[in-house]
Amino acid sequence: MLAIVAEGLRKTYGTKKALDGLNMTVPSGTVHAVLGPNGAGKTTFVRTLATLLRVEEGRARVAGIDVAERPAEVRRRIGLLGQSAAVDEDLSGRQNLELFGRLYHLGARRAAARAAELLERFGLSDTGRKPVQAYSGGMRRRLDLAASLIIEPQILFLDEPTTGLDPRGRTEVWNAVRSLVGGGTTVLLTTQYLEEADQLADRISVIDHGRVIADGTADELKGKVGGDRIDVVVHEAGLLPAAAAVLAAVPGAGAVELDEDRRSISAPVADRMDALNHLVRALHEAGIEAEDLAVRRPTLDEVFMQLTGEHR
Amino acid sequence: MSPRWWLADSWTMTRRELARWARHPWGAVISLAFPVMMLVMFAFFIGGGMQVAGGGDYKEFLVPGMLVLTMAFGLEGTMTAIAQDLGKGVIDRFRSMPMAPSAVLVGRGVADMLESIVSLAIMIGAGLAIGWRWHGSPASAFAAIGLLLLLRFAMLWCGIWLGLIVGRPDLVMAVQILVWPVAFSSSAFASPETMPGWLGTVADWNPMTATATAVRDLFGNPGVAGTSWAAEHAHLLAVLWPLVLLAIAFPMAAARFRGLSR
Ligand SMILES: Nc1ncnc2c1ncn2[C@@H]1O[C@H](COP(=O)(O)OP(=O)(O)OP(=O)(O)O)[C@@H](O)[C@H]1O
Ligand SMILES: [Mg+2]
Repeated sequence: MLAIVAEGLRKTYGTKKALDGLNMTVPSGTVHAVLGPNGAGKTTFVRTLATLLRVEEGRARVAGIDVAERPAEVRRRIGLLGQSAAVDEDLSGRQNLELFGRLYHLGARRAAARAAELLERFGLSDTGRKPVQAYSGGMRRRLDLAASLIIEPQILFLDEPTTGLDPRGRTEVWNAVRSLVGGGTTVLLTTQYLEEADQLADRISVIDHGRVIADGTADELKGKVGGDRIDVVVHEAGLLPAAAAVLAAVPGAGAVELDEDRRSISAPVADRMDALNHLVRALHEAGIEAEDLAVRRPTLDEVFMQLTGEHR
Repeated sequence: MSPRWWLADSWTMTRRELARWARHPWGAVISLAFPVMMLVMFAFFIGGGMQVAGGGDYKEFLVPGMLVLTMAFGLEGTMTAIAQDLGKGVIDRFRSMPMAPSAVLVGRGVADMLESIVSLAIMIGAGLAIGWRWHGSPASAFAAIGLLLLLRFAMLWCGIWLGLIVGRPDLVMAVQILVWPVAFSSSAFASPETMPGWLGTVADWNPMTATATAVRDLFGNPGVAGTSWAAEHAHLLAVLWPLVLLAIAFPMAAARFRGLSR
């Protein structure tokens, strides 16, 4: 069963192509990440699937239903977490959820029960009458998420669920999203962070300029872009060439990049622990003292660099 | 969408606003206190030097003007609320739900009209407290209130339309500033006859002037002695102007709302 099918979606704003022949399929019960930089078309794509934007060209089916032909039926099956928190700041979390419950036609009693249930599930039941204004960013986003789950949607859209949150807020939201998976909900989330896609998604589509430029599982994608990276910072810029030679000789290491200003070198590696082991030993043998050593995920910039060969 | 759900959704959206007032009683009090304060300032600090064309007490002239002003300024509140909901994506969420989309606007409208009725009552109370009286029959007093609410209803749809256009609360300021010259180039505070030639003509044809003159006449207050065509047909214009504004703003707002999906 396919939860989402997009075929050749196009949408232009003036001369700007926000969606440029976008294709994507998402199987039911999976988490799919749409990874792309600012202006890639993520929000436009999500809004199209959530029946908020008219399909200009192409077709989109959500839960097997054509978005353009029967939007009302699509709306009964989806939940939407927009890019900005769409809750009422003046009201309490409970009031917000009850309001949405009534608008989903649950009736007063069931709306209240559902609100209590969701507050409990997202760790917000002790917020009482406090208005949303007084919530932390993470709490607000969790409430927003709860609001998108009133009817236990078959398909949930999350547009940059953690952008603007501190690391703690991000972890809170990640945990909340993880708790949904397994319940059979299909999740389509957009993000600018490779790590987020890696943490949450079964499959990832990288999009740019309104089209998919790469997709696959996190591992497949990392294979394409060289996986994890190792950064080495040395004491003085004069040591950089020697250190670069050492890093290049590490098994599974890719092309080494030099940054003179930060006295650092960086390279993709196939197996992070193995490479780290090798590198520490080799640096020691070469008599180069490293000031800092770090293993990290490639940034979105580096992913694009690898996939498109162009700097953004 | 069945009519029953449409009604239920509209009422739920209205209750959302009522719940907001209940949580912020002070916010409501402050927004109601502002026109009362204006009334007091104009009546006691500035009013001493003001002449009413055709003679009469300035306070009796001022109160109907302030009632009109309160109704006209309602536009700002409506516009700000719509722009906020749109800017924050709240309207997006409503539109992604299986509710009647128009309930978003209907709920806003009902809540704003209720608020305007309350502020009208408070302003009338404040007017009575500073010595204003109506001298006509109860029927004409009700007619006056009807005209005031008709103007507010036109402003409601203008506010919804403008709010949907700007879509961002920070741009609302610009409109708030523009409202003032419109208010001062009406007969809310001064008779058009006392203004310099062209400004007097502008003021004569200002929709706020039409409602103010008609309301003064219905309340039996002074300041209805103007001799221009507009002044002599104030009752007609007080009905016509809001209807013209509605005939423009309502379809534009509805089209803009539907066009959010473009
Ligand atoms: N209402 C609009 N009017 C004009 N241009 C628009 C509009 N909405 C989006 N665009 C343009 O379409 C392109 C795609 O926008 P979109 O919001 O979908 O990107 P995004 O991937 O969500 O970006 P971000 O990460 O900044 O949220 C951008 O170039 C944007 O400027
Ligand atoms: Mg976006």
